[in-house]
Amino acid sequence: MELANAKAIIMAGCAIGAGLSLIAGIGPGIGEGYAVGKACEAIGRQPECKSSVTSTMIMGCAIAETTGIYGFVMGLLLMLLAPNLFIGKL
Amino acid sequence: MDSISITGAKIFFEIPIFGGIPITETQVNSWIVMLAITILCLVLTHDLKVRPTSKRQIIAEWIVEKVTGLVSGNMGERFTYYAPFICAILGLSAFSSLSSLLGMYPPTADLNTIAGWAILIFCMITYTKIKTSGFLGYLKGYTEPFALFTPFNILSELGTPVSMAFRHFGNIVSGVVISTLVYAALASASTLLFGWLPGILGKIPFLQVGIPAVLSVYFDLFSSCMQAFIFSMLTMLYIANAASADE
Repeated sequence: MELANAKAIIMAGCAIGAGLSLIAGIGPGIGEGYAVGKACEAIGRQPECKSSVTSTMIMGCAIAETTGIYGFVMGLLLMLLAPNLFIGKL
Repeated sequence: MDSISITGAKIFFEIPIFGGIPITETQVNSWIVMLAITILCLVLTHDLKVRPTSKRQIIAEWIVEKVTGLVSGNMGERFTYYAPFICAILGLSAFSSLSSLLGMYPPTADLNTIAGWAILIFCMITYTKIKTSGFLGYLKGYTEPFALFTPFNILSELGTPVSMAFRHFGNIVSGVVISTLVYAALASASTLLFGWLPGILGKIPFLQVGIPAVLSVYFDLFSSCMQAFIFSMLTMLYIANAASADE
């Protein structure tokens, strides 16, 4: 009974943690939206720079995405790896 | 409803030395990718002439010109000799990710592959740093701006390969996971909507036709090429940065 309770608590903790780790997606969302908005402004001001602005923006967006990806990877690890890791030891 | 499973690479067999070295799908698929790139290179560079007469040679020259221009534009003229390495990283990453279009398990969806590349690049960065400022100068670089910063400098140094590996891995694997989830969701949705149709007609997953292709264009085509480009871009920037740290 004790062991089953501990397992249930671990599973629940991992699931809640995985859900919470996806909050990290907020930051890149705001950041990328801001970057795209600024890029649109820049293109509106200087339409002849469109191609270089667009490529720089995509590059920057992909790098800004990194923190969100970290959250996703952590969520994945919590879902797939952590339960086996802890429950295997019990 | 079918249960969905998101699995890692399958283990094909184990080499029975050193306690068993597993040969996984990742390794086999990256061998296939390497073979494909080698064959492509052989085909493109076969029978070169001073005046290009074939379309093949024009494509090969275009690739060399573009990569050389990219490298010398981002790293400076004196680092143009890095162009073959950058092109190799770019091609290997792009082809590995794009292999998921053929239904293969993409080698870049395994953290080990990209961690290997990131460690290689970390060694190159460290080598460049030691070469530019000497070993003592390299060690002294950790105490900039003053000695209290040493732990943070070490941490940020170790963070470079980790962040490079996780960025690439996370992008590819998020595509795999989301595609699998959407595929499963469409299957159960079409069972729900069209399950009442008689006979075999009710068993065809109508919603799975076409809709996953849109996702595939973004995750497989766009994201793969983007991540390959970003990985090689960051490699260039880090190495160029390491060389110019002392000036």
